[in-house]
Amino acid sequence: MKDTEGYVTADGRQIGGVLMELRNITLKFGGVTAINDISFDIREGEIRAIIGPNGAGKSSMLNVISGFYTPTEGSVWYKGEQRPKMKPYEVARMGVARTFQNIALFEGMTVLDNVMTGRLTHMNAGILSQAIWWGSARDEEMENREKVERVIDFLEIQNIRKTPVGRLPYGLKKRVELARALAAEPSILLLDEPMAGMNVEEKEDMSRFILDVNDEFGTTICLIEHDMGVVMDLSDRVVVMDYGRKIGDGSPDEVRSNQDVIDAYLGVPH
Amino acid sequence: MLRDIFITPFVDMVEAPDFLMQVLWEGLVSGVLYALIALGFVLIFRSSRILNFAQGIMVVFAALTLVGLHAMGLPAWIAVAATLAVMFVLAVTIERVVLRPLVGQPDIILFMATIGITLFLIGLGETIFGGENKVMITGELGIPTGDTVLEPFGGLLILQHLDITVVLVAVALVGALLAFLNYTRMGRAIRALGDDHQAALSVGISLQTIWVLVWFIAGIIALVTGIAWGARAGVSFALEVIAYKALPVLMLGGLESITGAIVGGLMIGVLEKIFEIYWGQPLLGGNTEAWFAFVLALIVLLFRPQGLFGERIIERV
Repeated sequence: MKDTEGYVTADGRQIGGVLMELRNITLKFGGVTAINDISFDIREGEIRAIIGPNGAGKSSMLNVISGFYTPTEGSVWYKGEQRPKMKPYEVARMGVARTFQNIALFEGMTVLDNVMTGRLTHMNAGILSQAIWWGSARDEEMENREKVERVIDFLEIQNIRKTPVGRLPYGLKKRVELARALAAEPSILLLDEPMAGMNVEEKEDMSRFILDVNDEFGTTICLIEHDMGVVMDLSDRVVVMDYGRKIGDGSPDEVRSNQDVIDAYLGVPH
Repeated sequence: MLRDIFITPFVDMVEAPDFLMQVLWEGLVSGVLYALIALGFVLIFRSSRILNFAQGIMVVFAALTLVGLHAMGLPAWIAVAATLAVMFVLAVTIERVVLRPLVGQPDIILFMATIGITLFLIGLGETIFGGENKVMITGELGIPTGDTVLEPFGGLLILQHLDITVVLVAVALVGALLAFLNYTRMGRAIRALGDDHQAALSVGISLQTIWVLVWFIAGIIALVTGIAWGARAGVSFALEVIAYKALPVLMLGGLESITGAIVGGLMIGVLEKIFEIYWGQPLLGGNTEAWFAFVLALIVLLFRPQGLFGERIIERV
C-alpha cells in the first residue's frame, strides 16, 4: 500500500492516505525499554487500534504520539512532515486531541465549561479584548459555544450540561472527556482505553459513539483497548504490541489468525 | 466581669447604632483590602499549587514603584501604567527564572522559592527607591480626600471619600476578574490548569503562558491594594504585615475558593473591628486587631480543617 493511496474497508468506507507515521520509535526509561523499534502509520479516516497485554507499551505509544513523551529514537511524521520535538500543548494545537486512561477532567468546572476548554486551540482573540469582553473575544465565544453545543447534543449529554463534572458517574465522565476532545475538531483523536472499567451497556454506548464520530465527522481515530472483542468490531486496522515490540499489524481478521498474536494472548508452552 | 463580656457590649451596640454602623463600615473597608490580598493568593494557588509568600511584598513593591516613578518626574497616570509594565516584567521574570526550573518539584520547594522572591524584592525595592516612609500620591491620582457625614438614627456616620473609592474600585476589580475567569478563553484556561495539569496540556494550554498571566493579575491586584493601603497608612515595608492578615483569611475561606477569599476577608475585617471596639479596648487594653484574626482562624480550623468554604476532603482508601 502506497502512502498516498487509500483502501476500502470491509464495510465499504474509503480510507485516505497516511496522516501520521511513526518510524522506528524506541522509548527507554533508564534501563527499561518501553517501546522497541516500532513503526506503523495511521491513515486518514480510519479507526486504528493498538492492542496488547498489560505492560506492552500501548499507553507509552499514545503518549509519544500526543507529545507527553519524547521518543529516545525514531521520528514522528505528521501530514507528510517530520514533527520536531514538541510540548504536549503544541501537539494539541496541531490538531491531535486525546483522552486519558484515568480520566483527566476539570472536576471543579461544569460539563459545558469542560467541553469549552476543548475549543481553546481555536480561539485567538487578544488578551485585551478578552479582558474587556468586547469585539472579537465576544463573537468568538458565541461562535465556539455553538460548536460545543453541537458536540454536546451529539454525545447526548445535554441534560448534564451545567453539572460540575466531579459529581458525575464514571461512564458519563468518560463521555464528557470524549466530548472535550471532539470539541477541538481534531485531525486525529487519540483514545486511551475508552472502555476501561465500563459495564457492557456503557461499552456498547461508547462503541456506538466512536463509530458515529468517525462516520459523521470523518475523524481519524487511534485507540488503545485491551477488550479484544470490542477492538475487533470497531477497528479497521490493528497494531499488536507485546513487551514493547510490534508483533502484528493488519485487519482484525489478519491479526486474529496471526500465530504470534495468539501466543501473546494465550501463552505458549515452553 | 461576665456582665462586661456578655451584656455591656451588646447594650452599647443597641444604644448607639450610629457608632456601630461606623465600626462596621471601617471594618468593611479593611475587610475589602484583606479580601483583595487573599484573592491574589488564591489565584496563584489555584493555577500552580504554590502558596505565594511574596504576595505581601508585591503589594509594597508595587506601591513603592508607583511613588518612586512619580518622584522621578513621571505624571501620576503614566507612573501607574509604568508600574503595571514593571509588574508584568516581574511576572515574566519569576516564571522564567524561578518557576520554570522548579516545575515538578515538591510544593514546599516552591513555597521556599517564594520566600526567596520576597527577600529579593525587599532588597531590590530598598536599593532603588530607598527604605524610608513615603506618601502615596493620592491627590495626583485624583482620589478624593474629603468625607460625607450621614446622620442615621439622629447620630453621626462619617464616610471618608477615600474609603468609598477603595470599596468601589475593589468591587469593580473583583467583578471584572470573575467575569474574566468565567467567560473568556484565558480565564477558563486558568481554572482548567488549577484542576488538572495533564488534561490542560492535552487541550493545548501552555503552563508558562498561564503562569505569567496569573502572576501578572496578582501584580495588578497588588498595585490596587498598595495604592489603597498606602493612601491610608503611608508606603513603607511595614505594609507587608497586612499581607499576613491574608493568611487567616485563607484559612477561613480555603485556599481554592474565590468566594471564600472575599467572604473570609470581609468577615475578618468586620469581626476584628467589632471585637477591638466592644471587647478589646474596654477589657483587654486594646490592640487586639494584631492577633484576633489568627485566633479566630485557629478556632475555625479546630472544627473545620478545610476552612469554611473549602471542599470537604474525602480520601478514598
